[in-house]
Amino acid sequence: MAPTMTPYLSLAIWVPILAGVAVLVLGRDADAAKARWTALAGALAGFLVTIPLYTHFDATTSAMQFGERREWIPYFDIHYHLGVDGISVLFVLLNSFTTLLVVWAGWECIKVRVAQYMAAFLIMSGLINGAFAALDAILFYVFFEAMLIPMYLIIGIWGGERRVYAAIKFFLYTLLGSLLMLVAFIYLYQKSGSFALQDWFVLPLALDTQVLLFAAFFAAFAVKVPMWPVHTWLPDAHPEAPTGGSVVLAAITLKIGAYGFVRFILPILPDASHALAGFVIALSLIAVVYIGFVALVQTDMKRLIAYSSISHMGFVTLGFFLFSAQGAEGALAQMISHGFVSAAMFLCVGVLYDRMHTHLIADFGGVANTMPKFAAFVMLFSMANAGLPATSGFVGEFLVILAAVKFNFWIAFLAATSLVLGAAYTLWMYKRVIYGDVANANVAALTDLNRREFWLLATLAAAVLIMGVWPRPFIDVMHVSVTDLLAHVAKSKL
Amino acid sequence: MNLSFLPVLPEIVVLVGASVILLVDLFLTDARRHVGYWLAQFTLLVAAAVTVRTMDIDVVRAMHGLVVDDLVSDLLRLFSFVAVSLVLVYSRSYLAQRGLFRGETFVLILFALLGMQVLITANHFLTLYLGLELMSLCLYALVAMQRDEVAPAEAAMKYFVLGALASGFLLYGMSMIYGATGTLAIDKVALAVLADTENRVLLVFGLVFVVSAVAFKLGAVPYHMWVPDVYHGAPTAITLLIGTAPEFAAFAMILRLLGGALAGAEASWTGMLVVLSVLSVTLGHVVAIAQTNLKRMLAYSTIANMGYVLMGFVAADVTGYSAAMFYMVAYVLTSLVSFGVILLLSRERFESDRLEDLRGLNARSPWWAFVMLLAMFSLAGMPPTIGFYAKLLVLQSAVSAGYTWLAVVGVLAALVGAFYYLRVVKIMYFDAPVDRSPIEARGDTRVLLSANGLALLLFGILPQPLMGLCAVALFQAQFY
Repeated sequence: MAPTMTPYLSLAIWVPILAGVAVLVLGRDADAAKARWTALAGALAGFLVTIPLYTHFDATTSAMQFGERREWIPYFDIHYHLGVDGISVLFVLLNSFTTLLVVWAGWECIKVRVAQYMAAFLIMSGLINGAFAALDAILFYVFFEAMLIPMYLIIGIWGGERRVYAAIKFFLYTLLGSLLMLVAFIYLYQKSGSFALQDWFVLPLALDTQVLLFAAFFAAFAVKVPMWPVHTWLPDAHPEAPTGGSVVLAAITLKIGAYGFVRFILPILPDASHALAGFVIALSLIAVVYIGFVALVQTDMKRLIAYSSISHMGFVTLGFFLFSAQGAEGALAQMISHGFVSAAMFLCVGVLYDRMHTHLIADFGGVANTMPKFAAFVMLFSMANAGLPATSGFVGEFLVILAAVKFNFWIAFLAATSLVLGAAYTLWMYKRVIYGDVANANVAALTDLNRREFWLLATLAAAVLIMGVWPRPFIDVMHVSVTDLLAHVAKSKL
Repeated sequence: MNLSFLPVLPEIVVLVGASVILLVDLFLTDARRHVGYWLAQFTLLVAAAVTVRTMDIDVVRAMHGLVVDDLVSDLLRLFSFVAVSLVLVYSRSYLAQRGLFRGETFVLILFALLGMQVLITANHFLTLYLGLELMSLCLYALVAMQRDEVAPAEAAMKYFVLGALASGFLLYGMSMIYGATGTLAIDKVALAVLADTENRVLLVFGLVFVVSAVAFKLGAVPYHMWVPDVYHGAPTAITLLIGTAPEFAAFAMILRLLGGALAGAEASWTGMLVVLSVLSVTLGHVVAIAQTNLKRMLAYSTIANMGYVLMGFVAADVTGYSAAMFYMVAYVLTSLVSFGVILLLSRERFESDRLEDLRGLNARSPWWAFVMLLAMFSLAGMPPTIGFYAKLLVLQSAVSAGYTWLAVVGVLAALVGAFYYLRVVKIMYFDAPVDRSPIEARGDTRVLLSANGLALLLFGILPQPLMGLCAVALFQAQFY
């Protein structure tokens, strides 16, 4: 337990939200600079308050740390109950870090309603931190649902041509799952008399009940991850979302779905999880292999990266349902790595989009001739996306495949095809966009990265390399929590 | 027997206030019509103050058992005063622009309010019926106030004919119950129903008619036909009135009749409510999608929302009733905002009641777009707005009563509903504005409507006080 009583988690939630409100109040449309600087200050403050969460974190225990518990709605015995363990703490940091990047990335390319754009991201960042830190189901649900509102507005206001379709599809898809989860929450409350997650972890449940609850939770989280076959909202949402929206969507909100699996499904419904593991593994492998092939034929860069995200998230769900420490740690490492890599890939597409207002592969070619620095960065991130050793993408995939080999050779074999497919679709895209002769006059007129873009991508490149070369700071934090979780899941609740 | 006038003091205040306005209005010139307006507001203030002063947790049956004064009736009356007062504030400019800013309007509104109060405090079938009729007759007249327009006249006609039919149902059902129990006093009916569990045919026969009448007043499917036409046809200010304060009266009516008088026959009416609830939430939400008129869309949304209120009653226990009451309060608070914004945007000869009239509101006024966004997400049941907790409470009471499938139907219907609420947000935020005229409104309207909108968010973040209040009121009231 940290020796200090500072409510770091509350700060991580409320600093960005209040900063977002401040941006709305201060920033007029006429004075965009003020909105930008206020937003940057807010995002920076929001990131700084999360650093103690890592430095004061005690990695030797799986208990919830930085706990805060206050009465909120006594009528239902609902508490404002926050806490993080080794599984969730990294995501709070990742989220606050990404928010900082997004505010920075939107500096020049967002020209209309700057204040609302920045405020939406800041408020969403606070809500996402809340979802990762909540230990009360209703508190979690409030954050989980509320974050849909800013994302809906981000896609709808600053998005591309088919933004309305994409925004509504995104919203309704995710809402369907979470509403069913709400019924599951109410049912569990009826059974246990409490909305506290820690009470639900020890609540005995019959197998048929567990399977029904599993279906409800699965509807919420599988859509969010997204798993095949409920993934179709993601390739529609990404191309229409503005760059910042894509970054947060891929780097953070998908992780909340996967986080739901570890925080809710596995510990609350261990028997159903074991019983249905084959089902989840099958869906994950379909995501890895089939969606990998789908990514191969995409003509739009953002759609391609979206499909690649689905394929990578297949590794995550696969890792969780192998029920081994290696698998689960690999899955979590994959989540963090994907947070960096997908953010970087979408930022790279954003760099091109700002210059040419298109993300169709066919519109590019020979970009390396005009943007050499950019080409180098994209090369690194493409390699990480393909899972090359010494990049962050390798760590997670390797651990998951290792765990899969111990579980069943053929599962490991199918999962490993992703290394080939990932390399194929990423590098083929790289070849078509970056290499070759200068395709047209627009590409010839491209200018290389400016200073802001350079440092933005350099930060992410550093993160990708550090995690690839020296993943221990990441893995060590989660190890005890993961081991305890698996020990808990191994115990039947029947 | 208690002959004190204390329990009915708020009713006396409103009656006196309405009569005074009626007289004073004779001596007012057109330029001084606002005197009537302020008198009406003053009456509401005094009535609210009296209600607060005389509020206590005891259950008092007064006037020879005709009325009951408990915490539920105190709270519902208080909420009605607040709602009517806000209705007057929001609709002032609208009424003035259409020549409806007159003494008759205020008098009719106050008499309608008096009817609601009588209904809310009724402990006797006759009192209940009198209150209902007083309220309904005034509302019929208010809908038809714009004499030269066709739509309001048509709406009033439909409202009147169907409302009269519902009253007939109610009377018929009451007479059957009287035949079965030999009394008209609600508490005595309740005891008689509990005592005699053998001869149920006559009672259940009457019950069916009572439930139908209640469903009619609430606008639940399949008794919903009047709702869209009346909401659409009536002047928006009157739609705002119909959609808010009378809902408290309708809630009280179900509570007194089903939760009070017929509590002993609960097994017979919960099944009916389940059917009404399922039909209302599904049909209301699905049909709302097809609407292009905002008022009509909100009318179907009302139908669906009343389905959720009935879901709270399905549990047939105090927790369920308090869930339904909280839902009603949340719904009225939200309705005030959504119709309030429509009124704010309307001008002389421009109703602003079509969906496209909201186009690009965010570009014209980010603040009012945000207020409307809060209302829409509250209706959709999204956290962090009050609408979420309303849904949570009724779903919880349905699950606790063993109707988990009903809760699942409820959330799936809510998903359908989310689509058209999202469409309103889409029109406000994603579309470019067509009409760029500035939004003009009186200062008091701006302040109160803003506060009203923020209340949706505030109660969404801290719902406990309101939730606790509803629960305390219901737990103190007497049920059988």
